[in-house]
Amino acid sequence: MDNSKIGQHISGQFNKELEDIRNKVLNMGGLVERQIDLAVKAFINGDSEIAEQVIKQDNRIDAMEMDIDLECTQILALRQPAAFDLRLIIAVIKIISEIEIIGDLAERIAKMAIRISDAEANGYQFYELQHMADLVKDMLHGALDSFARMNIDEVAEITGRDENVDREYDSIIRQLITHMMEDPRNITRTLNVLWTVRAMERIGDHACYICNHLIYMIKGEDVRHLNQAELEKKMKDQLLS
Amino acid sequence: MTAQQVRTHAIDMSSVLRNKGTQDTRSETCIKVENLNLFYGEKQALHSINMEMPKKKVTAYIGPSGCGKSTLLRCINRMNDLVDSAKIEGKILLDNENIYDKSINVAALRRRVGMVFQKPNPFPKSIFENVAYGLRIQGVNDKRILEETVENALRGAALWDEMKDRLNDNALGISGGQQQRLVIARAIAIEPEVLLLDEPASALDPISTLKIEELINELKEKYTIIIVTHNMQQAARVSDYTAFMYMGELIEMGSTSQLFTNPTKKQTEDYITGRYG
Repeated sequence: MDNSKIGQHISGQFNKELEDIRNKVLNMGGLVERQIDLAVKAFINGDSEIAEQVIKQDNRIDAMEMDIDLECTQILALRQPAAFDLRLIIAVIKIISEIEIIGDLAERIAKMAIRISDAEANGYQFYELQHMADLVKDMLHGALDSFARMNIDEVAEITGRDENVDREYDSIIRQLITHMMEDPRNITRTLNVLWTVRAMERIGDHACYICNHLIYMIKGEDVRHLNQAELEKKMKDQLLS
Repeated sequence: MTAQQVRTHAIDMSSVLRNKGTQDTRSETCIKVENLNLFYGEKQALHSINMEMPKKKVTAYIGPSGCGKSTLLRCINRMNDLVDSAKIEGKILLDNENIYDKSINVAALRRRVGMVFQKPNPFPKSIFENVAYGLRIQGVNDKRILEETVENALRGAALWDEMKDRLNDNALGISGGQQQRLVIARAIAIEPEVLLLDEPASALDPISTLKIEELINELKEKYTIIIVTHNMQQAARVSDYTAFMYMGELIEMGSTSQLFTNPTKKQTEDYITGRYG
């Protein structure tokens, strides 16, 4: 782990506080990754027990967000951070909000898992669902990994993967529509699948937002509303400068 | 110093002014420092400084102790002339006129460039006479003009309401914060173009400090202000531009909002974030 970015303050206590915040963000991110895993597993296997567990755990993520927020507020008030330190705190506040939303999306998937577990299982769609879940989980993992290393060399590649997610999403939606048209009795169940796919697609988006906050944190550039081509160009220019 | 080094020190003000976070891009230059070197005896205290300070803006100099920021400030009204061992090379242009030119009258220069120091230094006279002092030595004795000027200067220094009923009290009897504002009133009574403030709030309590900062904000409507401060938050609060100096060199100068959120030089970053430099 590269500590050079947050270490080396004259105040050792400040180093510790920043290190502590970083570790807490990573813990929170790790927990959310597990939540997605479990929620998707619950959905695919129709396992409402695991789903209940996911729903219960979401409180912990909310509490972690509030805890980190409080620490960031205290650092702003007591340390008046500047430059990278300031951007780190601002980025962390935003990143944990994205992570919390991703946690809520995992919870939604778990709720859908409970709904469809009542109905009779048919393996339909779930292979593609697993594939899409893997895509967005990898994106989130990459974003958190970049945060841990305080390194943005890979973030443009990660946000680039969102296109694959969107393509996958469109193709699943098309299939679901066909399925509903074939037999209106499928509609209720298919809608639940649709909400789940939608939640996964959103997880991919929020992983991208985390990447944007990381670029702000490291480079001080606000890239939130750039498209992928503009982002890649900016990153290339930044690396050259 | 090589040409390359000189180039890296030269900071192009037009690019600074174009930086985001700066609304007014038409601000003209008031003071321009060109290739300034200063030696105290053998020791070089300032190394080839190039910078421009825009008119009616606040420029803050920050940097660790001994980095040359006060020395540079004192060059601007030739206070270093009083130091025998000090030798100066290069130019400082005030409205395109080199203040180190032989034809310059130093007393006249100091009328145009007022200065306020870290410790308030009122004269052991009445409050009124302190503010009127500058005019009196210029030979102004008309009571009406003096009264008008004193009132305006005290109002300008946000001190009129507190002082109007005690103008004849001894200036040494008022609080440190009031004394510092009185000294600023004394400086602005002769209507200078530039105000140099050397750590103007470092000996004051937080409320007096805020009053001085508020005052600086009002004074920049009329004056070009240059402030040296150890308090980085203060620089961040009061200034439009900030220059970071280290070991007698100008490391980086930019709009304050840019310098404090995203400095371009690692040395600046290390200093403002409190890291080992």
